Amino acid sequence: MFLADVVGNVVSPIQCEFLNGRTLLLVKPVTPHETSAGNARIAIDTVGAGEGDRVLVIDEGNSGRQILAAGDVPVKTLIVGVVDHIELHGEHTYNHCEGASQ
Amino acid sequence: MHLGRVIGRLVASHRYEGLSGVPLQLVQPLDADGEDAGGALVACTVISSGPGDTIHYIDGREAAMACPQTFVPVDATILGVVEEARNDGRLVAGMQRRES
Repeated sequence: MFLADVVGNVVSPIQCEFLNGRTLLLVKPVTPHETSAGNARIAIDTVGAGEGDRVLVIDEGNSGRQILAAGDVPVKTLIVGVVDHIELHGEHTYNHCEGASQ
Repeated sequence: MHLGRVIGRLVASHRYEGLSGVPLQLVQPLDADGEDAGGALVACTVISSGPGDTIHYIDGREAAMACPQTFVPVDATILGVVEEARNDGRLVAGMQRRES
């Protein structure tokens, strides 16, 4: 799992049938130190996350299919949690209500 | 899953038999600003995508699961055409007129 910021959404009217009705969000991986951690990805939202939220993302197919209770479907990247706060070396580095504190 | 843009088509007449009839297209990965990110790759497509389209694709083992036969040697598959992708409210990618 990794941390990411939801930066936007993706609208896709023509797509693989399994993805119909699912919310796709654009997420940018971040480190706990608030720096970028790689290229943006598109993730399926399972928790009602929105733009500006810091989220927990899995990028592994088997876990994804278990969460969606689906068989052989092409899913891999899913948002599985919205982060409330992060404490790093005893210091709060992120609070959901305030956004990034540093 | 990743954002990309179809930049071409590819034909390979001799191929693994489970892949017959599956179109192959060249995809340029895009970053969150809609700019090119890294080198192009070849992906299968299971939708009606074509050159010029902004798309989203899946990579890894799951790419094969989108194909008509799911145990095939594929590591990238186009899953959808992107009508619009927004980053911080800005439109970074969207439906474009096809080149052909």
